[in-house]
Amino acid sequence: MTEDSTAAATATTAIETEEQDTTTTPLAAAPSELRIEHEQRQQKQREEIHALNKETLHHLLYQMVLIRRFEEKAAEAYTLGKIGGFCHLYIGQEAVAVGSISALRPDDYVITSYRDHGHAIAKGIPADEVMAELYGRAGGCSAGKGGSMHLFDRDVNYLGGHGIVGGQIPLGTGVAFASKYQGTDRATLCYFGEAAVNQGAFHESLNMAQLWKLPCVYICENNQYGMGTSLQRAMSLQNVSEKACAYDVASEFVDGMDVLAVRAATERAVARARQESLPTLLEIRTYRFMGHSMSDPGNYRTRSEIEKFQERDPIKLFRENLKTQNMLTDEENASIEARVKDEVERSAQFADSSPEPAPEELFAHVYANPIVNSEQ
Amino acid sequence: MAVITIREALNQAMREEMRRDENVFLMGEEVAAYQGAYKVSKGLLEEFGEKRVIDSPITELGFAGLGVGAAMVGLRPVIEFMTFNFSILATDQIINSAAKMLYMSGGQYKVPIVFRGPGGSAYQVSSQHSQALESWFAHFPGVKVVMPATAADAKGLLKSAIRDDDPVIFIEQERMYGSKGEVPDEADFTIPLGVADVKREGTDATIVARSLMVPIALKAAEELEQQGISCEVVDPRTIRPLDIETIINSVKKTNRVVIAEESHPFCGVGAEISAQIMERAFDYLDAPVKRLSGVDAPMPYARNLEKLALPDVARMVAAVREVSYLD
Ligand SMILES: Cc1ncc(C[n+]2csc(CCOP(=O)(O)OP(=O)(O)O)c2C)c(N)n1
Ligand SMILES: [Mg+2]
Repeated sequence: MTEDSTAAATATTAIETEEQDTTTTPLAAAPSELRIEHEQRQQKQREEIHALNKETLHHLLYQMVLIRRFEEKAAEAYTLGKIGGFCHLYIGQEAVAVGSISALRPDDYVITSYRDHGHAIAKGIPADEVMAELYGRAGGCSAGKGGSMHLFDRDVNYLGGHGIVGGQIPLGTGVAFASKYQGTDRATLCYFGEAAVNQGAFHESLNMAQLWKLPCVYICENNQYGMGTSLQRAMSLQNVSEKACAYDVASEFVDGMDVLAVRAATERAVARARQESLPTLLEIRTYRFMGHSMSDPGNYRTRSEIEKFQERDPIKLFRENLKTQNMLTDEENASIEARVKDEVERSAQFADSSPEPAPEELFAHVYANPIVNSEQ
Repeated sequence: MAVITIREALNQAMREEMRRDENVFLMGEEVAAYQGAYKVSKGLLEEFGEKRVIDSPITELGFAGLGVGAAMVGLRPVIEFMTFNFSILATDQIINSAAKMLYMSGGQYKVPIVFRGPGGSAYQVSSQHSQALESWFAHFPGVKVVMPATAADAKGLLKSAIRDDDPVIFIEQERMYGSKGEVPDEADFTIPLGVADVKREGTDATIVARSLMVPIALKAAEELEQQGISCEVVDPRTIRPLDIETIINSVKKTNRVVIAEESHPFCGVGAEISAQIMERAFDYLDAPVKRLSGVDAPMPYARNLEKLALPDVARMVAAVREVSYLD
């Protein structure tokens, strides 16, 4: 069927009842309103497609499909016990990482939370090394010591996946501080979930960023849930982008199911960072189609809610629009799928054949400078 | 050799390192225009300007994390906590970010940062403003913890801490900023991290003392000398990495040891040193290791109670006599 079939199947089997959970507040917009809005947004994307060349459009599609298939493979490997611990999949949110990172130069920085596979791939960490990291192998991008939540790659200016909700927000602020201090015009994209907005780290960071005029783009990926807690049950003012005014920070609300809208908004924010050395808060509304992590049974959402959002699957929408705008033939689409399949298969093979980290790795990299006079 | 205060020694260290490396900057509450809550950063704003000496809002978690992020991409931040009591708000960034970054990135992102400021007991400021937190930080692999007790150590160790590629917690004793000592004049005087200093040599008992306990131990040693007991005073200077070798060598010589500290005893640095002595020099001990710690209660305000809460010369003398089986 379509590209979202696996995700839909997995997500729906996870839902035990269609009845509204008494603790779950219905999401803001009713389905009919969403549909009208959806049509308008589709029309907008169709228009925007013509601003980009075919190569760029295909690259965006390729990356989104790659992340989707990569995550499906990771889910499979997880159930086989090849991946352990917490594993937070990005399925449904691909347009956010792909659209925003496509607005960057290679020397710009990216930092995010534990839900970091998509950003890592979009920023250019080879899928092989990402998969090997999930497998806990020496060939992983963090040498097998970070795992799913802590992907790092200095070569592509990827500053990690961070596991403490909101912890990466001051870090990203500091990276932007350094860019300004060093007199460069590098931008930093700092991602976090909407639940992280309730942390002090978010508020402290936005205050500092505007106070000191730091070139940081704060991207709130509002997938509308923490683990099982909906935004409505956790946030007094649910309009995240509005919070920026408390710190005099520029902000935008963006449709996270539209890869081109994400790209365009990020381009505006990055221009503000480079040219004016100013921060921006982007609230990018999205939805995760899978559980919070691989161990989440997902009882807090209804099947109909998930299906409603799956109608706006960012890959499906973009592909349909590319086709109707004569920017993607069936053959080209098939070739993208085939190349992705190949890349994902190879990543799993690479991960499988990569050795486990050597026992000495246990004590390597605790300190950067050698310790005198000590066994520690 | 010039005789200067610890405050001046720290100021010189920062000034020299900021001249030496333009990636070094100082950030914290009141460090710039106000010249530092304890005046440690006096004159730095004038010399280095607003770009490098930065007054921050009261946002400990925020500016600690900002420093870590900046360090990941090439800067060498010196982050001042107005006092270490407030670093508690920043512990997530120190422990979860700074200490673990190099490790969980598989060696890719080092974090050369110094978190410094006054810590330990202060005068009559009660429980929240008068406490020793070194055992918290020292617990974690990935950070280094430094506690100087003299002006020379303060200068030499802070310069090394700023040049070090790892996160360093640098705790200056709040009561000791005015204490004076000789500091070598050499242009590039540094003291390596992780090397203990024998502050006084002796043969009959060892006192392991750090920070505020060092001058107290030296006074106690003088009194004990008059009583015919020769004390060796070992100052580890760096809590992590700990120069246990020097401590063990002293214990092997004296066979008796008192570990003095301002902090609470429970799960403290003294407990760790005691355990390591037991593991490595059990057969050399002629008496059980004695810990002389701050009491196991929050710091009170009343002057008389505050005095009772901390080790003093009399108690230190008594402790050494106890391990010497003299009373
Ligand atoms: C400080 C902290 N508290 C709790 C957790 C456990 N936890 C991990 S993810 C999560 C939900 C975060 O939701 P959100 O920020 O919206 O990001 P999303 O998972 O939706 O991408 C929680 C509670 C944590 N990792 N860190
Ligand atoms: Mg969320």
